Amino acid sequence: MVSAARRELIEANRKRYEALRAAGQSATPKSLPAPTRRDGAPIAPDAVIRRETVPPGWYTTVTLRRGEALRIIDDSGRSSVSLIGWRRDDTSERINCADTVKVQWTAAIAKGRVILTDMGRVLVSVIEDTSGAHDLLAGGSTPASTLAAYGAVTRNTHDNFLAAAAKLGLDSRDIPPCVMFFAPVSVGADGRFVWTAARKQAGDFVDLRAEMDAMLALSNCAHPLDPARPAASGDVTLIRYRAPPPAADDPCRTASPEAARAFAFTDRLQA
Amino acid sequence: MTDATRASNAIYAHDIPAERPWSRRLARGETLRIIDSEGQQAVDALLYGAADPAERYSAQDTLRAQGSAYVGLGTRLISNKGRVMARVTADTCGLHDTSAGCCSCESNAVRFGEETRYQHACRENFILELSKHGLSKRDIVANLNFFMNVPIEPSGNFTVVDGISAPGNYVDITAEIDVIFVISNCPQINNPCNGFNPTPIRVEIYEPAAV
Repeated sequence: MVSAARRELIEANRKRYEALRAAGQSATPKSLPAPTRRDGAPIAPDAVIRRETVPPGWYTTVTLRRGEALRIIDDSGRSSVSLIGWRRDDTSERINCADTVKVQWTAAIAKGRVILTDMGRVLVSVIEDTSGAHDLLAGGSTPASTLAAYGAVTRNTHDNFLAAAAKLGLDSRDIPPCVMFFAPVSVGADGRFVWTAARKQAGDFVDLRAEMDAMLALSNCAHPLDPARPAASGDVTLIRYRAPPPAADDPCRTASPEAARAFAFTDRLQA
Repeated sequence: MTDATRASNAIYAHDIPAERPWSRRLARGETLRIIDSEGQQAVDALLYGAADPAERYSAQDTLRAQGSAYVGLGTRLISNKGRVMARVTADTCGLHDTSAGCCSCESNAVRFGEETRYQHACRENFILELSKHGLSKRDIVANLNFFMNVPIEPSGNFTVVDGISAPGNYVDITAEIDVIFVISNCPQINNPCNGFNPTPIRVEIYEPAAV
């Protein structure tokens, strides 16, 4: 039997949930910034810290200090880029795709959204994004997925992340599910994953601003659902730069009550 | 042993109280039946290789391998090393999630407000239960959510909605390697995953060919 007091709490909690849902799936999406133009958001030359090209099949690691950003460019329009990341000061804190989509009420991560850690804090904010076609559900390639797709085991994100983690002093236990940029995966009404190739364009880029000191691992391997044969491949350009300090009305910090709380918890790390 | 156990041919049966964790080793071929005793109860679950716990359940590999976003009858539960750890061999509910993760004090505070931080959560359960096996928070990966209804719309809209499981609905998971199976009987009261009211569940284990 559910007591009257319990029933009252249940009703109050349901009401709060429905209000949060209405805000999260109606008001918040309308307030998000428009996608970045592919010829927009130039980086001031003196803000650039380092530029790097990751060839197809390869990976790299990047350390960002709070306030620095990383631009990831799909030069050819054929690449997808897998990303995992950790808090530099305590690598048991790492990106959490499930919380990222659940908290923001959407799997469609785009400009104005954030990537959360498992501790309710923001690792990186998506401050620029021309694409809006990213995958947090189906993940990166593996030895098995490349064998099934191409008839032979090729370089893949699973192995790349093991190597990248090792070079940061981490191992397989530290590897969380990944975010995959430039990977237009959606879920159809029947529950099947759908790949929409038309949503990929040469020169698409996404800019991630570190909200805490962070270590990132990135892998440039075709998404396992990308139907291109042979495997889609192209160079990926990375530009690490000093991002402008966020303004009071910074779109990522103010996108939703959830984002505002996640930033408040993140800022406490600096206190 | 309970009467219910003697009435069936289960080799093990246990009622997991509301909000509590549980774990047990499942030998290859054994089947774990998870029964949603009162209905609408989310059951968070993780699997680790008994021989090498660094091998563990991988939600993304599981979904990618089957090409679809929900767990149901026939789903092969894939490890981070690409092996089939277990298979869903019976399912009277029909809808299970593996994309929404588990609740935590920290994510509750972000989602529902600071005042929900000091409420019991699945990650607290997982940390305590995993400690019995020498594992830690670092070993918690994206989990299964049996009986949890999380439709993902083509737009990307991602919502925990009322569960569809009725009292007595069950799901059978048959181990294909020896695994440590870990459950958190979800304590969440801030969203519909448990009908805002956590309730007990039951687990039963069957030997091969006994189901």
